[in-house]
Amino acid sequence: AIIKMSGLQNANPEIYESVGDRIVTDEEKNEEVYDCFDAREIFDLIRYINDPEHPLTLEQLNVVEEKNIQIDDTQNSLQVYFTPTIPHCSMATLIGLSIRVLLLRSLPSRFKVDVMISPGTHVSETAVNKQLADKERVAAALENIHLLNVINQCLKMC
Amino acid sequence: FVKMSFNLVQSLDSHQDRVWCVSWNPKGNLLASCSSDRTIKIWGKEGGIWICKSSFADQHNRTVRSVSWSPCGNFLAAASFDATVSIWDRRNGEFECIATLEGHENEVKSVAWSCSGNYLATCSRDKSVWIWQTEEEEYECASVLSKHTQDVKAVVWHPNIDIVASCSYDDTINLYKEDDDDWVCFDSLAGHTSTVWSISFNKSGDRIVSSSDDKTLKIWQSYEPKNMEGIKVKQNSSCWKCICTLAGYHLRPIYSVDWNHQNDLIASCSADDSIKIFKQDDAECFDKRNEPVFNLVGNLEKAHLQDINCLKWNPKDSSILASCSDDMSIKIWNFSL
Repeated sequence: AIIKMSGLQNANPEIYESVGDRIVTDEEKNEEVYDCFDAREIFDLIRYINDPEHPLTLEQLNVVEEKNIQIDDTQNSLQVYFTPTIPHCSMATLIGLSIRVLLLRSLPSRFKVDVMISPGTHVSETAVNKQLADKERVAAALENIHLLNVINQCLKMC
Repeated sequence: FVKMSFNLVQSLDSHQDRVWCVSWNPKGNLLASCSSDRTIKIWGKEGGIWICKSSFADQHNRTVRSVSWSPCGNFLAAASFDATVSIWDRRNGEFECIATLEGHENEVKSVAWSCSGNYLATCSRDKSVWIWQTEEEEYECASVLSKHTQDVKAVVWHPNIDIVASCSYDDTINLYKEDDDDWVCFDSLAGHTSTVWSISFNKSGDRIVSSSDDKTLKIWQSYEPKNMEGIKVKQNSSCWKCICTLAGYHLRPIYSVDWNHQNDLIASCSADDSIKIFKQDDAECFDKRNEPVFNLVGNLEKAHLQDINCLKWNPKDSSILASCSDDMSIKIWNFSL
């Protein structure tokens, strides 16, 4: 199985403050100018994803941050690094999968999306990254109704 | 750079989800395809145009990952994430499902027929490779091979003898043969640094090309007992060595590679949306057997709008290439040097 459901991994996570709303510039309001996707826009898509075990968002747990998103709209390339709350978190794959599914549903299909663990923040970083990068295993996982329900719960308010 | 041309012959667009695999029948006049839309489709030419001749939607209830024709061209096998493999018979004019092979614990990733037509190999996320013996439409499991330590991505048979190769998420390629009524793994090829997605033999079967998530292609050479190079070989087995690595060409994982048995060209396709063609340099200054040099002779960027999952040379017309993609299309290409 791609995830293991067990007891709480991190019973008392640290909670961080939310960033404010994006300030929309006049240039962005101009319909005639092509508006590239930027890191803030991607962050606004994924910041409200629910943590699988706490009634908190990935932003509140500092799992996702704007500074850990790299995007180049002209090259169709997007890298999202996420930071598990603890280095042994068994929910890391599920969290990464939720981010991947949300971006898959939200972004134009031209984007090549890589979702990875922030370097050095998880004991199984390489294994989790490999799993998340394997689109065949991701496709198979998303055909699992139980798992899809869990992911949809994480994405509920997004 | 050798002058080459890539022309799109036709785009086939009736799948409703990503297309995973395409396979030519031995005559090269029918193309089978399969998709996450759970269908298997058969394409053929009518009045100079490729059309969908049949579509099967009821056999599998999950993604169909791989399709393969028997060497006689009468049978088609399809492997699915639903853990089964279906066998289709077209001898009565229509395709009829005559058998369902069960046994794998979860997703079947690939299926392939041996050159003799006597064996079928399947592989799965359950880490095993199964060899099935076929006799008068009966399919019996002859062996379960559990050498891989991870998800097995593809199985491919040697073009002339009953040797089968498998490649895996464990980054290796394994080779198996029959030995005293049982199947054994006689060599394991390590060198790739991530998942090996695809493998293909050359025409004589003494070389393999592999493609990987590590963005490289590797060429492996077989050394037989008493080889001139003095490479140590286990009794009665061949030993395989990596003799060339093609790096820096593809920018993302390489999902499929196919060695053309008529003109020796190698075609590869990737999540970078490109198709690339490689040709061995035949200049006398190279040790062509042990240290060959391969050059890029064809490069088609943006061949599809998304990841390209599989490509296959037509077995009869060496200038025809079929590819399929996450963009839900299959494309037929004409490539010439």
